Parts: sequence; C-alpha cells; structure tokens
Amino acid sequence: MDALRRTLLKGAGATGAIAAAIAAGVLKPSQVLAAEYNRAAFEAKDMAGALKNIGAASAADSTGIAIKAPDIAENGAVVPVDVSSSIPNTISLAVLVDKNPLPLSSAFDFANGALPEMALRLKMGQTSLVEVVAKTADGKYYKAKKEVKVTVGGCGG
Amino acid sequence: MKQRLGMLLAAAALTTSFAVHAQQSAKKAPPAAKAAAPANKSEVSKEFEKFREVLEEDNPAELYEAKGEDIWKNKKGPNGTSMAQCDLGLGAGVVKGAYVHMPRYFADVGQVMDAERRVVHCMIKYLGYSEADIRKQPFSNVNKTPDHVSVITYVAAQSRNMKIAAPQKHPKEIEAYNIGKEIFAYRAGPYDFSCASCHGEDGKRIRTQDLPNLRKPDEAIRAYQGWPGYRMTGGFMLTQQWRMNDCFRQQRFPEPSYLSDSITALLAYMTVTANGQTYKGPGIKR
Amino acid sequence: MADPMKIRAQMKGDTAEIRVLMSHPMETGQRKDNAGNTVPAHYIQSITVDVGGKRVIQGQTATSVSRNPVFGFRVKGAKAGDKVVIHWEDNKGDKRTDEATIAA
Repeated sequence: MDALRRTLLKGAGATGAIAAAIAAGVLKPSQVLAAEYNRAAFEAKDMAGALKNIGAASAADSTGIAIKAPDIAENGAVVPVDVSSSIPNTISLAVLVDKNPLPLSSAFDFANGALPEMALRLKMGQTSLVEVVAKTADGKYYKAKKEVKVTVGGCGG
Repeated sequence: MKQRLGMLLAAAALTTSFAVHAQQSAKKAPPAAKAAAPANKSEVSKEFEKFREVLEEDNPAELYEAKGEDIWKNKKGPNGTSMAQCDLGLGAGVVKGAYVHMPRYFADVGQVMDAERRVVHCMIKYLGYSEADIRKQPFSNVNKTPDHVSVITYVAAQSRNMKIAAPQKHPKEIEAYNIGKEIFAYRAGPYDFSCASCHGEDGKRIRTQDLPNLRKPDEAIRAYQGWPGYRMTGGFMLTQQWRMNDCFRQQRFPEPSYLSDSITALLAYMTVTANGQTYKGPGIKR
Repeated sequence: MADPMKIRAQMKGDTAEIRVLMSHPMETGQRKDNAGNTVPAHYIQSITVDVGGKRVIQGQTATSVSRNPVFGFRVKGAKAGDKVVIHWEDNKGDKRTDEATIAA
C-alpha cells in the first residue's frame, strides 16, 4: 500500500497525521481517500495551477507516454481516451484537458500488478490539447500531449 | 389506401389536407437534401469510425439494459406483478429473439405493434404502469429515463446478433409496411420535406453525420440498430419511437402522439427493409 | 441509491482486462435546468479497484469525466477466479461497491 501513498493523489493538504494514522492501522487508506481529495488540483482553473498542485509543474516531455484519442471527436461529451506509459516504474497517471474550465479530469495510481494505463471518456468543451502526466516511483514527472478537435454535431443521430 | 392513410395521419395529429396531398407528393422525386457534402467528408467519417468500436464495446446502454431486466424479471412495477404473461410474439414471457420479429400483428389487440408499443402495452397490462404517466414523459431527458425505456433496451439487447425478421404474413402487417412506405415519401410542411428528403438517397449528410438511405437493407439496418441507443449528448437512452418523432419535428411537421399508428407503420417499413440483416444494437449515438 | 455498476473482467494471457461502467450523472455544476437554475455539481471523486484482496488501483476524478463513466484497466499477475471489487464515492457522499469474478 505504501506505493499508492506516494503518488499524485497526495494533495498539498494531506497531513502527516493522516499518514501516521494509516501507518498505525487506525485508518484504512480507502477511508482516507475521500478526505484526501486533491481539491486544489481538481479545482485549479488553468493548466499551470493543476500541474503545480499534482506536483508536476516541471514535468519533462516524454515519448514514453502514449495517448490514443480521436483527432476529431464525434461528440465532445464523450471522447474516448486511452493512455499508457512505457516509462519504467510509472506509478501514477493524470489526464488533463487544457481548455476545460477545470483542466484536471482524473489521476490514477497503480500498484500490485496494475499496468500504468487506463481507458476513460472525457468531456471536452472545445478543441483542446489532452495532456497526460506520468509519475515514476523515484518522484520524477513526465508529460505528453495530443490535440483533439471538437466539432459541432449533426441532428439527432 | 388513401382513406386509411388519412385516418392514420389524423391520429398523428396531422391535418386532413395533408393526407389529400399524399398521393401526388409521393410520386415526385425526392428533393436534394439541403446539406451538401464537403470534400473531406470521408476522412471525418473514417476518423469517427475508428473510435466507434471503442465506444460500442463499452456502451452505457448496458446500464439501462440491466435496469430493464430487473424490472421485467423481478416484479419491480407498481403492482408487484410479473411480465411472465407478456407475449412479445414468440410466446408468453419469451424475450429472447422477440425484438427482431416486431413490428408484428398481435391477435389479442387486433393490431400491428412495434416493439416499443408492445412493451408499453405489457407494462400497463401486467405491471400496473399508468398509460397517462407514461404519456406524460414518454422519452428520456437528462433528469429521467422512464422505466419503459429501460425495459425496451433490455428487450432489444435480448436480440443482439440475431437476424431481423419482421413478418409480412398477416394482411395488417403488409398494410402497415405499405402505409409506412407511403408516409416515408410524403412531402409536406413548411420545408416541403419528407423522410425521403434526407433518407431516400445515397451519400446524404447533415454536418458531420452520414445519413442512411432507408430504402436499402444494408443502410436501413444502421438506422434500425441505432435505437434504442445511448445518446452521448445528454447521456441517456432514446428509442426508435423518439427518433421517428424527432424526424417529424425536424421536418417542421406536427409531432405524432406517442405510439401512434403512423410511427408503427414507418417502423414496419424500415424494419422489413432491414430484414435479413444482423442486429448489433442497442446503439450508441453522438 | 445508486444503480449497480457493470463490471467485465477477463484474462488475456497473464493479464486481467477490467472494464467498468458506472451509472452517475457527473454534473459539472455549470449546467442550467429548464427553470434557469444551476444544477449543482455532482460527480464521482474517488475510485478504488481491488483484485484478489489487494488494492491495485486508486484514483480521483472530477466533472470532466463523461456522464455514466467508463473505465478500463489491466492488471498483470491476476488469475481467473480472482475477485474484482470496485468502489466509488461522489462529492455528495453517495457510494457504491460492486464485484465480479475474473473470467478465464
């Protein structure tokens, strides 16, 4: 479980007391999760704020992160995105949408055999970059991006 | 035929003069759709196609399918009774494969019913749902997906990967098909539109969306299996009845009342055209 | 109470493929209803995935995840028959736990 505690999810507000409580077995990590919601990162209104609050302000560009997403989305309400990292010892991935009112969409930690990859579906208000941040076990951050165009739709389909 | 069409259209809240026009208009060639295809059409469509499979693989329609199954099997209706007596055409309580065999003639009611109409009929008769309540909100919106929509999704899913085989044996089944065919080609309204204006020729398009030519089996199937479908815009389930009603709205026609004979006839025409094709729904739509 | 999730879990070689559909409005807090009132934000905030009794994934999400969320994960070293337990909690305190068994 320690692997999961060192990751992107640990917001700026997480305190040593909570960590100590987990270590002492008083709190289960799953109970802490909700209390520890990284509000500062998820409520940041721009990319810089979101990146800073997940600790990734100085993430280096990397070709080891793959982002599979449509060049043009059929519908901005449901944009299928598949992300993965081939950077050794990747323990977390975060997905951000540059032009969304709140850019950070999700951050996931992987441990005990879970591969550093995930499929999800995003809302995108307009054409934007999708950025993915990877964190490795030694505390380094990497990022990659891909543009997704969002078009106006047709009729009822 | 002319008289019958008039009656159906009146039932659909359309005017009598509209019906008088039907015979003449149906003979005219369908007009060109207003939306012209741009040069890059196929590239955009191909890009959409690449991710269609991804979207279809995990279709949130399954959530409604599960809910519909629960209502059908577990006596979740207002009366706490079961759908075991509901005959969808293949025998009481038989759901598997029933969807692709409708619309069909049901002797107990003496009329042709499409799947949605039959399911709603059964939910009123066997589960105690009130027709007035269902008519108050027949289609889903962002706040509520009515129970019957979930049940229809379940029934449709129980015919996945089966061949469409809407019967054309009973005279009323043949009649429904013929009326549907006629309504499909019937031009009227402020835009002088018909269903065929958009869906009667190959290669039509509205903005980024290709429109199926519903006169051809391999394209009629596309429309058929799109609904019931999970609509990405808004994120809820919509049905074939909704899609047909919305086509009337988009043509600036008066909208038929829910479960009208006209819509059943149009569905009979579309389904019979798609006969022999394999159903892969429920759908997921933009 | 929230509707059940749909979980699919299947082995492919030595890796389990896990897909989950969740029933949730994922309201952004920016939409207005017909009366012009803002619909309050309502969204899943945390997700955990346990396989064979071990926590393999934990995540946090916000309003830009699509309504009725879909997630896919892969877990190496899992076995057919292992239990997959997925849990979510939203910003209003609603929660839901569902499980499935990994198919061969």
